[in-house]
Amino acid sequence: MTNIETIIQRHAGDPTRLLDMLRDVQAARGCVDRVSRAALAKALRMSEADVEGIVSFYHFFSRTPAGRYAVYLNTNVIAWMNGRAAVARAFEREAGVRFGRTAPDGLIGLFQTSCIGMNDQEPSAVINGVVFTRLTEAKVKDIVAGMRAGRPAAELVGELGDGANQHALVRAMVANNIRAAGPVVFGPHEPGRGLRKAVGLTPEAVIAEVKASNLLGRGGAGFPTGLKWDFCRREKGDRHYVVCNADEGEPGTFKDRVILTERPGLLFEGMAVAGYAVGAAEGILYLRAEYAYLKPYLESVLDGLRREGLLGKGAAGKAGFDFDIVIKLGAGAYICGEESALIESAEGKRGEPRDRPPFPVQVGYLNEPTIVNNVETLCCAARIMAEGAAWFKSMGTAKSAGTKLLSVSGDCERPGVYEVAFGLTVRQLLDMAGAPGAAAVQVGGPSGSCIGPDGFKRAICFGDLPTGGSIMIFGPERDLLEVVRGFMEFFVEESCGWCVPCRAGNVLLLRKLEKVLDGKGNARDLEELVAWGAVVKTTSRCGLGQTSANPILTTLANFRGLYEARLRSGADADAVLDFDLAAAMEASCRAAGRPIPSPEAHHG
Amino acid sequence: MSKPVIATASLAGCFGCHMSLLDIDDRILKLIELVEFHKSPIDDIKTFTKPCDIGLIEGGCCNHENVEVLRSFRKHCKTLVAVGECAVMGGLPALRNGIPIKDCLEEAYLRTPTTEGNTVIPNDEELPVILDKVYPCHEIVKVDAFLPGCPPSADLIWEALTALLEGRPLKLTYDLIKYD
Amino acid sequence: MAEIKLTIDGKPCTARPGQTILEAAKASGIYIPALCHYEGLKPSGSCRICTVKVNGRPAAACTQPVAEGLVVETATPELEDMRRALVEMLFVEGNHFCPSCEKSGNCELQALAYRFGMLVPRFPYQWSVREIESVSPRLLMEHNRCIQCRRCVEAIRTPDGRRVFAAQERSGRLRIGVDPELAAGLDEDTARKAMAICPVGAILYKEVGFAVPIGRRKYDRSPIGSDIETK
Repeated sequence: MTNIETIIQRHAGDPTRLLDMLRDVQAARGCVDRVSRAALAKALRMSEADVEGIVSFYHFFSRTPAGRYAVYLNTNVIAWMNGRAAVARAFEREAGVRFGRTAPDGLIGLFQTSCIGMNDQEPSAVINGVVFTRLTEAKVKDIVAGMRAGRPAAELVGELGDGANQHALVRAMVANNIRAAGPVVFGPHEPGRGLRKAVGLTPEAVIAEVKASNLLGRGGAGFPTGLKWDFCRREKGDRHYVVCNADEGEPGTFKDRVILTERPGLLFEGMAVAGYAVGAAEGILYLRAEYAYLKPYLESVLDGLRREGLLGKGAAGKAGFDFDIVIKLGAGAYICGEESALIESAEGKRGEPRDRPPFPVQVGYLNEPTIVNNVETLCCAARIMAEGAAWFKSMGTAKSAGTKLLSVSGDCERPGVYEVAFGLTVRQLLDMAGAPGAAAVQVGGPSGSCIGPDGFKRAICFGDLPTGGSIMIFGPERDLLEVVRGFMEFFVEESCGWCVPCRAGNVLLLRKLEKVLDGKGNARDLEELVAWGAVVKTTSRCGLGQTSANPILTTLANFRGLYEARLRSGADADAVLDFDLAAAMEASCRAAGRPIPSPEAHHG
Repeated sequence: MSKPVIATASLAGCFGCHMSLLDIDDRILKLIELVEFHKSPIDDIKTFTKPCDIGLIEGGCCNHENVEVLRSFRKHCKTLVAVGECAVMGGLPALRNGIPIKDCLEEAYLRTPTTEGNTVIPNDEELPVILDKVYPCHEIVKVDAFLPGCPPSADLIWEALTALLEGRPLKLTYDLIKYD
Repeated sequence: MAEIKLTIDGKPCTARPGQTILEAAKASGIYIPALCHYEGLKPSGSCRICTVKVNGRPAAACTQPVAEGLVVETATPELEDMRRALVEMLFVEGNHFCPSCEKSGNCELQALAYRFGMLVPRFPYQWSVREIESVSPRLLMEHNRCIQCRRCVEAIRTPDGRRVFAAQERSGRLRIGVDPELAAGLDEDTARKAMAICPVGAILYKEVGFAVPIGRRKYDRSPIGSDIETK
């Protein structure tokens, strides 16, 4: 068993690397137990309570043993649509333990986790950091048998995916599923061309070029990239940082996974371009824990870039431009996709958003000026430097230049990644993906909007339907309100809990939704869903709470009939419908050995 | 013209709210002139024989009988008022709400320091069945007005009653709203 | 330093650079209700009760810096209803049984509810299962009443800067954990400060409470914020 002190030393006793230490402890001991927490607290001069606060924040750390094999099965709605229930039952049966627990012999632990970025190949799971996709009952049987035989998780993967998924340092079952390769991210690119052009210009000229390209942030918010870089460059600081947000966590999105697998060189080049533009010497790739399987490969790509002189001292032959990149891993928290929460997490803390202002460009990583850009944004930046702003602007719409990667999943023939020019209508996308009969499309993930056929003529672009790229398709046979319930459960679980409206309000919204879904709602409940949703949206501290009511609000706007069909018919608006006397009496009747009351007729 | 009719009940409460009602001092003489009391522990009328204008409910619902009484109040009273913390939010009895009812019953009847020999959880069919938790009144029936306080002050009760009788909105000054 | 001009509900106000909207309002005799805020501590922006509209966009007054020409709205019916909703959320999220609470009458959550005229929360009670923890010879932690405002997290530290109180878990499970070893080492003044700084009755100094009779407690007679408004 690895000694805690060895782990602390491995990470130089640096508190900003606490997550790395915890990751090593979790791997070595199967949990971050009290003894480890105390040792870490002592070494890093923190309180034990504080260390426990960090451990308990992240999905992939546990305080009690998670098993020699810790199975994290995806709970995303698409997984359920693809047979997750049977797979989950198979895991429980084969492993002999229920979800949320570790088997008494300590071999296998079964846990639920939010979307792991494999929506195009569900059901999927992460086991000891290894991704398993397209799970079936038969596969589960083999996997658990392998565990019982003591084989490492990496040896249990089935057929490998395509492209770099077969690379010796990856060896993943994951498939890329690139269905449409567009000219920007997946187009032909001569490695280093964008960076070399950039360092031939002044940083100001690089920023001017990016501004001229009209590149907007690809994570979903659409902030002008050139402007962000300009703000950061103008800030005074001891050092500036470039952070790449590879915490792709919005349910339904997985396009960054494919970029990281197939275009990592382009991404790193984009980070270097950004570093040159803002005057940074260090770039950080914040990689979500679910994609940790790509880390050794990404490290090797970085090594290659260093050998080629594109990173390191005098990068791309530019004297004085010393730029390098480190990879920091997350530990399972959706909120870390929020840029200020990501920075907190990268500093080794709980991934809780900061108040803004000040913005990260002013006070970012280690309180220094920092840009945080999406994976795809940085790839676009490298391509813009290579091919020019005019080339980039020739694609897409007047307001939304260039292409967008879309992660398409759900009820369609061809789930996968589509690089399309902005301005494509939802209908055109559905045709490409083979979903002619779609009844609803969730654009932009749960925090985006759910549209019906009336909205399929709308265009995917910042003026109309903005999206970070998650597109989930639902056929007419799906129960859309169950999808909404799943999304609300997701937000309830992923709220960091910092602010009241998001922490408490989302729970209340979910309970109210459940009341309606259980057939105990009346018209007033629908009014209250809208009113309470507005409170959560208006008063929440960060983007999570500001958008978490969207699944309810957008389906109430676009699919109101589905809700109305669930209301108790003929019920008075004031009637109290959710109290069930027989149910309330049942437990004490059982305890006292009295007859169990039969369900009563409705009172109101 | 007949006087407005008031009914009152104490469910899972301590009768403190009723005491507070009686605590309106000499205004009680005026009240007697203004209203007629119907089903209430104050006059010991036990069953509803006519519709009432105002129902005052003290206490939340901790057993099935409470629920039945509350429902019958809702049926017979035009305006139903939750009086006091227990009626409004469960109050002191609701301190058990975080504990499974089975544990509560076993603790109370099987594991007390004075329990000897074979004891059982009382199960006579005459006994009201205790509920899984204590419910505020408005989680069972529609409630029209809420008077918080433990107990609500006599002044608050007086203000509420006179407002209801006069058909005017409640005038709740700062000193009247208290939760303790 | 140059004065900054802004308006709050149409009233022209002046502020110093670096002030927050909440501070500027206070200096102008305008009370913006707030709960997690505590003078002298870095604002956590956690309760959101001080949400105002700044040039039409919602923002927390306790963290939003003033700027020239800002148009701030605070006492609008919409915002006042949202504030009340946030207070009501806290009342149903935890277990707030005021009659038995040592802080009753001096509790800021209760005082806000009084000020807003809350008779009953609009939300259903959640009956969260929480514990009462004896965290040191001097202190009790009544988690039922904790509103996770983080004042204690920020304010109560050991001389070498370690946090005695720390946020643990997340989502609805969020709790303020106490470091037993560090809490045991707190001197009497710091332990009393911990109770005083807690806006509700979550952090309790043992063997005190109910010392001030009803009628003479902080919020018995005048509403929270009235000291600011009468200036």
